Amino acid sequence: MSQLLQALINGVMTGTLIAVPAIGFSAIFAVLRYPNFAIAAYATIGAFAAWWANVAMGLPIPAALLVAFAVTGFVGVVAEETSLKRLRGNGALIVAIASIALNLVLENIVRFIFGNEMRGYDLPIARDMRFGDLRIGPQQLQSLLLAVAIMAAMFLFLRYTRFGKAMRAVADNPDLARLKGIDPAKIAIVTLFLGAGLTGVGGVLIGLDTSIDPLTGYRVLLSVFAAAVLGGLGSIPGAVAGALMLGIAEELALLVVPATYRTGVGFVAILLMLTFRPRGLLGERAA
Amino acid sequence: MLSYLIFTLTLCAIYGLLALSLNLIWGSAGLVNLGLAGFFAVGAYASALATGAGAPVLIGWGAALVVGAAVGLVVTFATLRLRDDYLAIVTLGFAEVIRLVALNERWLTNGSDGISGIKAPLKAELGTQNFAWFYLGLATLVLVIVWALLRRLDASPYGRALKAIREDQQLAAFAGKPVLRFKLQAFALSAAIAALAGALYAHFQSYVSPDHFQPLITIYIFLAVTAGGVGRPSGAVLGAYLVVIFLEATRFITEWVPGLQPVQLAATREMLIGIALILVLHLKPQGILPERIPKAPVPPTTA
Repeated sequence: MSQLLQALINGVMTGTLIAVPAIGFSAIFAVLRYPNFAIAAYATIGAFAAWWANVAMGLPIPAALLVAFAVTGFVGVVAEETSLKRLRGNGALIVAIASIALNLVLENIVRFIFGNEMRGYDLPIARDMRFGDLRIGPQQLQSLLLAVAIMAAMFLFLRYTRFGKAMRAVADNPDLARLKGIDPAKIAIVTLFLGAGLTGVGGVLIGLDTSIDPLTGYRVLLSVFAAAVLGGLGSIPGAVAGALMLGIAEELALLVVPATYRTGVGFVAILLMLTFRPRGLLGERAA
Repeated sequence: MLSYLIFTLTLCAIYGLLALSLNLIWGSAGLVNLGLAGFFAVGAYASALATGAGAPVLIGWGAALVVGAAVGLVVTFATLRLRDDYLAIVTLGFAEVIRLVALNERWLTNGSDGISGIKAPLKAELGTQNFAWFYLGLATLVLVIVWALLRRLDASPYGRALKAIREDQQLAAFAGKPVLRFKLQAFALSAAIAALAGALYAHFQSYVSPDHFQPLITIYIFLAVTAGGVGRPSGAVLGAYLVVIFLEATRFITEWVPGLQPVQLAATREMLIGIALILVLHLKPQGILPERIPKAPVPPTTA
């Protein structure tokens, strides 16, 4: 019983961490209508930017997260403007393929600078907190709280600010939004900054748990996609719901299958969801 | 040097097959397959296992074709009704899962150690040098046969129906084409060709391991098809030869740049591949040999 409860707790924790990059991916998808594969590199870049701020500059983790957000957001906007923007007229698939190429370039820039070896953040060593049979690491708890705070900020932004409302309007109906005087190019830039920035922060939160290397982002790419598809492609609340569902499903599945199959769970979840409810938990339509 | 040239040309033929596979599904039917490396791996393992169990090499290739097509159907069955971006995500996931299975199911695939000693047809009779020549000829012959068949398909009513689906699937459905069945058939055929390329690769290398099937291969092939010409089999094959030559050339160029670590050299090569693909998409998306679109017949004048 406590094993099951522990799996549930772990699932909620991993799910919350995956939710952050999944929101980033979904925001970009909702506004620009293409699946951006470069988010893997954005997560990696965020993780390395925060590592530099934390280990080389000695900043605490929350400040390092801000650095990661700013650096990745900036890289995301520059990358989009230079290599993807002009392809948007050719259809979502072409942009998606270009984003894979972009991902390869960015990932290898990180590899060029930092090499392939694993790096860890500068974290105090602390003992797990115990509640009866259940264990929670203090670092995991801090990451969880940070992730929740980031998501809350994102929702407030989307709900109450002018840019947030404009983003939702463009996602809902781009033509109507343009008629209302919303500049789609400006919204695209804001979305890219936010989406890439959040993905970068997600990369840090995931890296805090273990260590980072140039493939950190690529390893979570499938989980992020799974979360977005489970929740409904393009839905931001859906991305959160999908990520939690995926996290719990992964941890429960790992009770019966070997841990190396973790990303396989995401794939099976995608296939099942697409077979039985293609629009996901909270999405609109898929055909 | 000569054996290096033979090796490279054999690799060209194998990549050419992969490019034909991608061109069929992407160029003709307009569907994306980001799991090409996965189907490549499935074919390689299928043939390696079948011949390892005692089957002759040709049966192994047949097994690769059948297993590849079957896996293609399973992967896309849930997705082909949906929007194209779902297929992109599912096929990418598929390639990762194949790698996971190959790494973890030691009883079947021998895990990360891979399968070695895969049968090389007639190698004992021919000797190493002659075998290399023979296999180059064999791989090129298979490539030419598949190329000719696909060119034939391209010009046939079936191929035109696929291109109609690519351009506007609602219109194609309205014209009475069973869109879903066309897509499933095309995907299965494309997956089978990629698997055949895998089988050729397995018997060429005599050794396969999960490391041979990195997602990078899929990007190489996308570069090949885009650069060569989307929607035209000859273009895809030309693109594959160019990409392999480009890859081998970067190997030499990066050796001339002094003061770089090996990992930096490897990173530079991959960066160049990515930049090349982005540039081609921007500057020449129709490729070197653009698709030939036959003129519509002039309607009879009523005057």
